[in-house]
Amino acid sequence: MAQVHLKNVVKKYGSLEVVHAINLDIEDGEFVVLVGPSGCGKSTTLRMIAGLEDISGGDIEIGDRVVNDLAPRDRNISMVFQNYALYPHMTVQENLGFSLKIAKFSQSEIDAAVQNAAEILSLTDLMDRKPGALSGGQRQRVAMGRAIVRHPDVFLFDEPLSNLDAKLRTQMRVEIKKLHQKVKSTIVYVTHDQIEAMTLADRIVIMRDGHIEQIGTPLDVFEHPVNTFVASFIGSPPMNFLEAQIDGGKIILQDGTALTMPAGYAANEGQKVTFGVRADNIMPQNHAMPAGNNMALVEMEVSLTEPLGTETLLFAELAGSEVQAKMLNPRPVQNGERLTFEISLDKCHIFDAQTGNALKAQ
Amino acid sequence: MMQSVSAQNRKRIAKTAHFVGLFIAMSIICIPGLWIVLNSFRPTVEIMAKPPVWIPNELNLDHYRAMFGGAGEGGVPVLTYFRNSMIISITSTVIALLVGMGGGYAFARYHFKGKSAIFVGLMVTRAVPGVALSLPLFIIFARLGIIDTHFGIILAYVAMNVPFTIWLIDGFMRQIPKELAEAAEIDGCTRWQAFWRVEFPVARSGIASAGIFAFLTSWNEYALASQLSRSTTSKTMPVGLLDFTSEFTLNWGGMCALAVLMILPALVLTFLVQKHLIAGLTFGGVKG
Ligand SMILES: Nc1ncnc2c1ncn2[C@@H]1O[C@H](COP(=O)(O)OP(=O)(O)O)[C@@H](O)[C@H]1O
Ligand SMILES: [Mg+2]
Repeated sequence: MAQVHLKNVVKKYGSLEVVHAINLDIEDGEFVVLVGPSGCGKSTTLRMIAGLEDISGGDIEIGDRVVNDLAPRDRNISMVFQNYALYPHMTVQENLGFSLKIAKFSQSEIDAAVQNAAEILSLTDLMDRKPGALSGGQRQRVAMGRAIVRHPDVFLFDEPLSNLDAKLRTQMRVEIKKLHQKVKSTIVYVTHDQIEAMTLADRIVIMRDGHIEQIGTPLDVFEHPVNTFVASFIGSPPMNFLEAQIDGGKIILQDGTALTMPAGYAANEGQKVTFGVRADNIMPQNHAMPAGNNMALVEMEVSLTEPLGTETLLFAELAGSEVQAKMLNPRPVQNGERLTFEISLDKCHIFDAQTGNALKAQ
Repeated sequence: MMQSVSAQNRKRIAKTAHFVGLFIAMSIICIPGLWIVLNSFRPTVEIMAKPPVWIPNELNLDHYRAMFGGAGEGGVPVLTYFRNSMIISITSTVIALLVGMGGGYAFARYHFKGKSAIFVGLMVTRAVPGVALSLPLFIIFARLGIIDTHFGIILAYVAMNVPFTIWLIDGFMRQIPKELAEAAEIDGCTRWQAFWRVEFPVARSGIASAGIFAFLTSWNEYALASQLSRSTTSKTMPVGLLDFTSEFTLNWGGMCALAVLMILPALVLTFLVQKHLIAGLTFGGVKG
């Protein structure tokens, strides 16, 4: 039972500041995912919550205690590391029970708690093995088991799935989500994989260069990215961006193509903008594009196709930039074929060309 | 068909060549040792014979009997030397290991000012030959009044071994992911507990091999000990070997017998910990 609050938390290594005064409020029982490119300060932030790194400024609260100066063992948290960090000289049983043993629980209590965790994570057949004799997925489960045995207030995960192969990763993702529904603890989860973030999170925190760019639910950050960075980071394939200008109530692309402007941007008349639209909102005509009342028609030549089964990604050129479009219910498409595409302008995004920030519709 | 036969032949030749090569190498390494063992069991005439007698005519325990016998019959205080050697080697090894663990841990885990300078400095001390230090050491120890004491020799050996144990243990500690100790801290350990309950057991093999090296260095050291010891109160076994020399004669048989007694504990120790030694030398299998 604990909320986590980060208030103006700063981390410096010597004179190098790697986390810049971030603020984050995490609800009790919430699953929050920190996501961002490698080196943006996710692990550092997580390790500050864990107490493995000193904080250089600000306050961290867990529950209603300020924990700035508390050792990790006094914070009632548990953590799953990227390399699992299982104790190689102990069996699975001993690994799971270690924290309780340190806390001087009786052997019968330890056994019961370990048994319970082992059942939740289907580890009962592996109890006498050492970590060296386990597969990657099994080690992963032991690491999670070690984390849940103690019923901590907060779980911290640092890229726990990045050492697993793609199939196992999908499988473990589901297990982690189930685990959260079972234990209902607060979870702070770090990943660089936006799909993992989208699928797991109650709320996503997108970080870049030690700053928080946006906090929101997965759908929220997908549908309303605050800037081009978030827009390109969240969603796959990344959003298409086209340089444009608002002129006479229209969006004029570099080659002069005029698109009807969505309502609310009249105040931005004359401004240079970045026009953003996802592949999902550019489709060849007659291919199941959901009807909208603001459609633009453009003709493009397809340069490359990526068939994915239920859909095919089409690469084409629009106004001098490469764009990706999607074809649902796909039919074979030849390279070099010219098609008429619909762009759903209701679903487009308009960013300030200079700052990259989303322009608010008025 | 032809090809596979010639390939098989080539394989066989390579195997034989390996075997012969290994045999020669092992002979060069082992024959002096075996020669010592052999000489300790046979009469002096046979030892001195020219050309050498390879196959002994007679084996007996005379040299051992004489060595343990009274002073008049060529006896030396073997048990006292053995005890001195044991006390000095074990104590200096334990101290060098403790310091090495502290130092190696610090070098592997912490950043501090002048870290690499200190590290290089430590290693440079190993570049100075011990004998070159023996005279200055002798003078200082004489002034301090610790010539011919266990304490003096232990001090010298600790100084000699510490850079080495630090270097070895630093190497082993570096291979242990620091997340292990962090996981232990999150699991409720203090830094101290994390070291003793997780990092130490994981590094055990490495530490054991560092210990063996330190022990053998002390056990076999001659140059310094011969300067720093005067009498039976502190003479170690290597120094004791000189008791078999006198003005005009060398008691080769006695010397060999004492040398065999010296080799035995080192062999036994090495066998006892060989599992750790191998694990220590192939350290790095700790991922997981
Ligand atoms: N011990 C350290 N000393 C100096 N810089 C560090 C240290 N640890 C991390 N950094 C720097 O801090 C930044 C954030 O690192 P990290 O939090 O590990 O990123 P992420 O987990 O998001 O990939 C990186 O630029 C990294 O180089
Ligand atoms: Mg990281």
